[in-house]
Amino acid sequence: MQLSLWTYEGPPHIGAMRIATCMQGVHYVLHAPQGDTYADLLFTMIERRDVRPPVTYTTFQARDLGGDTATLFKKSVSEAYERFKPDALLVGASCTAELIQDDPGGLALALDLPIPVVPLELPAYQRKENYGASETFYRLVRACVAGHRQTEKSIQPSCNILGATALGFRHRDDVVEVKRLLEKIGITVNVVAPAGARPSDLARIPHAHFNVMLYPEVALSTAVWLERQFGQKFVNVTPIGVGGTRDFIKAVAELAHIDATDFLRAETSRLVWYSRSIDSTYLTAKPVFIFGDATHAVAIARVAAEELGYQVVGLGTYSREFAREVRAAAKLYDIEALITDDYLDVEAAIKAANPALVLGTQMERHIAKRLGIPCAVISAPVHVQDFPARYSPFMGFEGANVLFDTLTHPMMMGLEEHLLGMFREDFEFHGDAMASHLGHTAPPLQVSDTAPLSTIWDAEAERELRKIPFFVRGKARRNTEAYAVQNKVALIKLETLYDAKAYYSQ
Amino acid sequence: MNELSPRAVPATAGCSDTPVLRERGQREVFCGLTGIVWLHRRIQDAFFLVVGSRTCAHLLQSAAGVMIFAEPRFATAIIDERDLAGLADANDELDRVVSKLIERRPEIKLLFLVGSCPSEVIKLDLSRAALRLNQRFAAENRHDLRVLSYSGSGIETTFTEGEDACLASLVPTLPALPSTSPNLMVVGTVAEIVEDQFRRLFAALGIDKVGFLPPRRAAEMPPVGPNTKFLLAQPFLAETATALERRGASRIPAPFPLGVEGTTAWFTAAAREFGVNPQHCANILEAPAARARDSLARHRVTLAGRKILFFPDSQLEIPIARFLSRELGMWLGEVGTPFLHRELMAEELDMLPAGTFLSEGQDVERQLDRCRDSAPDIVVCGMGLANPLEAEGYTTKWSIELVFTPVQGFEQAADLAELFARPLRRRAILKV
Repeated sequence: MQLSLWTYEGPPHIGAMRIATCMQGVHYVLHAPQGDTYADLLFTMIERRDVRPPVTYTTFQARDLGGDTATLFKKSVSEAYERFKPDALLVGASCTAELIQDDPGGLALALDLPIPVVPLELPAYQRKENYGASETFYRLVRACVAGHRQTEKSIQPSCNILGATALGFRHRDDVVEVKRLLEKIGITVNVVAPAGARPSDLARIPHAHFNVMLYPEVALSTAVWLERQFGQKFVNVTPIGVGGTRDFIKAVAELAHIDATDFLRAETSRLVWYSRSIDSTYLTAKPVFIFGDATHAVAIARVAAEELGYQVVGLGTYSREFAREVRAAAKLYDIEALITDDYLDVEAAIKAANPALVLGTQMERHIAKRLGIPCAVISAPVHVQDFPARYSPFMGFEGANVLFDTLTHPMMMGLEEHLLGMFREDFEFHGDAMASHLGHTAPPLQVSDTAPLSTIWDAEAERELRKIPFFVRGKARRNTEAYAVQNKVALIKLETLYDAKAYYSQ
Repeated sequence: MNELSPRAVPATAGCSDTPVLRERGQREVFCGLTGIVWLHRRIQDAFFLVVGSRTCAHLLQSAAGVMIFAEPRFATAIIDERDLAGLADANDELDRVVSKLIERRPEIKLLFLVGSCPSEVIKLDLSRAALRLNQRFAAENRHDLRVLSYSGSGIETTFTEGEDACLASLVPTLPALPSTSPNLMVVGTVAEIVEDQFRRLFAALGIDKVGFLPPRRAAEMPPVGPNTKFLLAQPFLAETATALERRGASRIPAPFPLGVEGTTAWFTAAAREFGVNPQHCANILEAPAARARDSLARHRVTLAGRKILFFPDSQLEIPIARFLSRELGMWLGEVGTPFLHRELMAEELDMLPAGTFLSEGQDVERQLDRCRDSAPDIVVCGMGLANPLEAEGYTTKWSIELVFTPVQGFEQAADLAELFARPLRRRAILKV
């Protein structure tokens, strides 16, 4: 049993819903108790979809449990088929139905419907949402390409784009951007899946020469299977950031046997110049803490370190399946990766790292708000604001433009920071004030400060400490105290503070 | 005064004998766990620990949505594979989770263990767990901490029935009413501002011993005994009402305090029960009632003559339909309710226009068919249905707002009307 305040991922059947909902002609019959229909609002409210998810719930209640829930399930499948006439049907159980063991797959297959019926076995007490999405996509692709052993390839180099789903973080715009990139370098996009595809489109997947796999959390197992089955190699480079996008284009060009040198020379992002422009100097070595799904966390860490000049002081993921990749990435920044799905652990790690900027999910946004640290959201789990009306990809060169804005706007601007450093006692412009564009009214919670000072500080030194802007104050305090201990200074005076500052800036 | 009393309306004009369409099929409603979202704000030193699955945790945070607070006073003990292996383990695990929680939040005075679909299917006995934990905390000298349990599971409860189950679990723990003079208890979560208004009006009527269930703090539980009369402020509290009656209290039958008419009748019923002079009562209620009537006039322009249809959700549908039809001149299409409790709803049914189409339970696909056939001007439905219906061209009001907004009492009558008028006005304003 795990005590959980907030969860990063929903249960696995939510992952299955993300696949069904983003496709056309697929229906999902879910054996589930009353109340599990809450999941519809994720799609209709958070993502603002204008149609209901194609899901039929059996809605069993306590009185049904003594009776025949299996018959209820079969009735739901028959009625859903008659009403929606899907091209393919997914069937499965939510957590409670898993316990009553009605075998939805067997029951649905026994109805002998004239369409592919794909039973989903998604262990709700072991696995989570992304696993559910991955497994559903894989099972559905397998079912739809069945019988397509060897297929003709097009003459033009072509690929599929795999992995975009409903409720995905910026998937909608990423797909547009990546498709545009591929077509510009002369590659035909055969199928985009699962988002927007029909089962008949999935059947055409083997026609392409190779696959572009955008989100390993959702599409890796499918891509691996397609490679084994049809010899389709796949690109596993995330086109996030300028470097990531260039590496992606090189990998694609290699698989497609085309020359992208001219394209790479011509196309770029404003990020490259903006980051070199002098106004960005203030970003140098700002400590950032990054947490999200593995794909986004690793890719954003690279952008932060290599393209904006931040210092990555924390990197972690809730995607345990990809812990290895995240640990490897963390090594690049000489830090230990944080692999956890416990929100409280993440909060503790952020407090300890005392970053100037948090790049995380909606959960970290709340943690950062509480700690008074600027924050930008870079990964699912998502919120209604993560589906902006404007075009806002994270991938490709346009995505890099978006990232420059997203990763720098929450920070205090350069000149503002200088003024704050010079005039720390200004009554509305003091060290405890938020950046002006974040509003003056809500002073941040003083986390590292509210704890009693562990070493003895004299009054003057303590006053001086409070003049240091809040986002570096915790670090200054820790450094000074460490310095005092190291040098056996019993009482920290003004001089100790500046001695320590000089010592640590060497 | 009496002309506003519901009993004055001829029975033949109401819906007491109207046949009700009973449906069983897919229900597009929340389970009872959702009540935690408002209950944990109401009782400020209570904590709600759901013993359930990842789905339960996900539901709570999705339903709470934008309302993520500093640190919520609710959490989920997520059952995993190891717990399913053996029940003894699950109990030990639960004790461990509770210890961790109490250590983290020592200010908690009331801990609810909330049962879920999975905990009920595996027959994890939370009432025994509560007993065990109470004994343990007593032994540890934490007499200020009480552990209770109730079910918010979807197999047992529909949306607001979760609050009913929660309040019913509190009833046996309420202190006994020491005196022989009667006290009044108002039952059902209301906003603090509504509670304060109600208290002022009861005081003006001369009813001074008034308690609210649930109270704002665990230490403020209202006493109950044979001299207790209670008024339901919410319509979905059948189990709580029965539990209070078992402790000797008696329910004051009344319509619910929604709209001028409902609120007037609600206060008048209490005044009659407490022997308040009818003329005095009418005098006290007249000023706020007149103010509320005036403020409704603005919304009548928007709402009169428009047809409204209710998907079942909170059990507030019938009282709200009564308010909208009688005070704002709306036409009633289908009025769906998840559960129709005829005894608690008797006064409301009497006041509903004769021949109103009532349905109980749900088969959402068939109800959507009926909705499209009847072409309503505005549809009241849950969040899963609202945007898709808007995209089809219907104006909607998402129903969860009806339980998250102060709507009871005179001063809120216009706010309640506004909830329905705003979507219609908005549709008229937009030129895109």
